[in-house]
Amino acid sequence: MQLSCPMPKFDFDVITLGHGSGGLLTHKLLQSGVFDILKNDLLDQQHDGASFTLHGKVAFSSDSYVITPAFFPGGNIGELAINGTVNDLAMCGAIPQYLSLAFIIEEGLPMTEFWEILVRIKEAARKANISIVTGDTKVVEKGKGDKIFVNTSGIGLVHPKANIHHRNIEAGDKVIVSGNIATHGIAIMSVRKGLEFETSIESDTINLNHTVEKLLDRFGNDIKFLRDPTRGGVASVLNEIAELTHLGFELDQKNIPVDEQVEGACEMLGLDPLYVANEGLFLAVVKAEIADAFLSLLRQDENGKNAAEIGAVNTEHPGKVLLKSKIGGRRVVNYLTGEQLPRIC
Amino acid sequence: MKYLSEYRDPELVQQYLEQIHQVTTQPWKIMEICGGQTHSLVKNGILDMLPEQITMVHGPGCPVCVTPVSIIDEAVYLAKQPNVIICSFGDMLRVPGSEKSLLEAKAEGADVRILYSPLEAVQLAKDNPDKEVVFFAVGFETTAPANALSIVHADTSGVKNYSILASHVLVPPAMEAILSDPENQIDAFLAAGHVCTIMGTEEYYPVVEKYKTPVVITGFEPVDLLQGILMAVQQLEKGEYKLENQYTRYVQREGNRMARQTMEQVFTVSDRMWRGIGTIPQSGFEVNERYRQYKSRIRFKMDLPVAQENPACISGDIMKGLKKPFQCPNFGSHCKPEHPLGAPMVSSEGACAAYYHYSAASQLA
Repeated sequence: MQLSCPMPKFDFDVITLGHGSGGLLTHKLLQSGVFDILKNDLLDQQHDGASFTLHGKVAFSSDSYVITPAFFPGGNIGELAINGTVNDLAMCGAIPQYLSLAFIIEEGLPMTEFWEILVRIKEAARKANISIVTGDTKVVEKGKGDKIFVNTSGIGLVHPKANIHHRNIEAGDKVIVSGNIATHGIAIMSVRKGLEFETSIESDTINLNHTVEKLLDRFGNDIKFLRDPTRGGVASVLNEIAELTHLGFELDQKNIPVDEQVEGACEMLGLDPLYVANEGLFLAVVKAEIADAFLSLLRQDENGKNAAEIGAVNTEHPGKVLLKSKIGGRRVVNYLTGEQLPRIC
Repeated sequence: MKYLSEYRDPELVQQYLEQIHQVTTQPWKIMEICGGQTHSLVKNGILDMLPEQITMVHGPGCPVCVTPVSIIDEAVYLAKQPNVIICSFGDMLRVPGSEKSLLEAKAEGADVRILYSPLEAVQLAKDNPDKEVVFFAVGFETTAPANALSIVHADTSGVKNYSILASHVLVPPAMEAILSDPENQIDAFLAAGHVCTIMGTEEYYPVVEKYKTPVVITGFEPVDLLQGILMAVQQLEKGEYKLENQYTRYVQREGNRMARQTMEQVFTVSDRMWRGIGTIPQSGFEVNERYRQYKSRIRFKMDLPVAQENPACISGDIMKGLKKPFQCPNFGSHCKPEHPLGAPMVSSEGACAAYYHYSAASQLA
């Protein structure tokens, strides 16, 4: 993507400790950089916080972003931080409204990189139709951070028809995934230091709120549960729900969508796509009767064109997730333990 | 995914399964040597698809699992030395030593790095001339060539601050140790295809002859494994014993000559302690005299006391095939991947980890 906003002239080429001091440098950075690019009425008040009125049931979510590397194929930490919190709100059945944005920057971050992150934040906020209304910038000494950490918190209004809760899940419900799994995790891994491999795989980080809103408009509380399977992957999320609901989940491996390149990379690295992190992806547990209609509406959406029904809920093996392998064997799918590490031989 | 999908073809899998069911008339115990094979069997749900008479026994072919506590302690000791960067494959970091794992040493401030190739460690040594870089070199004959090559590279490019802590193990002596055990119950072996890709087939003939036991060199995909099992059962049912090669698409009689030459240049065969099994004579590689300056044990004048294995871990019985992970009283309770008693629960190739992560549906209580 080309930078859509020309970078203003800063006094420094890199972020220094002074930019986090709260003094003149902080003021200049915010004035010529952050406030300008993220412009909206509430932020423009430049107060300690934002005050506004909301009508209805509210969802509130927070997340911190520490991704390495901060720039990766298909995006950077900026849009990830916006999409992540927007999607967490969407998974609550909410329509995201306002976000806070806080940076912890390691001194020495090139101003051009900070600007690229801001530009991506702006673009992601525009796409998701949310406003960034309050924030914070701190700078830590070199070696005390990893370029940049971002925290976003967000508030959304719960969709009037939504009733997302694991206790609504029943035997017979279907499990749907909105697209190819494991893409984001493999895109990041392909550029990790020491592990670089050539691929055209790009992260699929994207805001899902509009997609989810459309589905809620049509199917309301027949959508029982939504979750974006980020860290720990699809397997960990399903284990969590199986444990919470005391219901069994049975997956059919042949229906689980994985991009061919991603599958190849997983083979090479010895990773199971079910445990690889995702962005721009959600799992839905829906009433069996609407599964087909849900899937066909979802597939019409740009963010759901590879959506698939991957399994069903049962009472046979409470608290456990089972997988029918492509060759017909059945096995348990457990939680991810620690970090998935490439195998050694 | 060509060259992969055809070895996972559901129809071919069915055909081999049917043939296995047809030829099997009595109980057989077949050991797959390699942890990669174990994981493939469990992950694809194959164990539940085999005839009841066939018991797959999960062998000692997981290099992380057989690395003894003493060597982990050596690695932790080195990690704690000032100015040392210790590098290893990711799996090794979580394996508990007698006091702590490398991961815990890292959390306490040691410079421990996960690498994907030992050649990166040589580069790391070049980039950090004021540090000592140690590569924790574990593995079977598969990883040994690259580790040997790292020493050759360091030597030819004049890198003086690099050394390896070798914990290399060899497959044929382990098979002999299992077969000569009075409690041995193994009827046939599936040998590890990738090990034979490097080493060739020659060294398995004496094992077959001496112990009158069929050995089938086998790959890792479902179709490979089922074909290998079928070949083994056919031999057993006919009362034959010979060396067969299922993995012909990679394994040649002489193996990979260049890889073998590099290993011979750098390593010498030595006695080696195996976790849970004990010392097996002539079962490992150590850096030879010519390259002794690249041997961490010499370089750091190490002489640590021999540590005791955790008695609660029955990894030896598991790797000799005498017990299944489920038969361990600590499996899944006191011993889990997040707080392991022994290495087989940690490694991505370990039998206990395979059962924990991917246990067969039939094992659900």
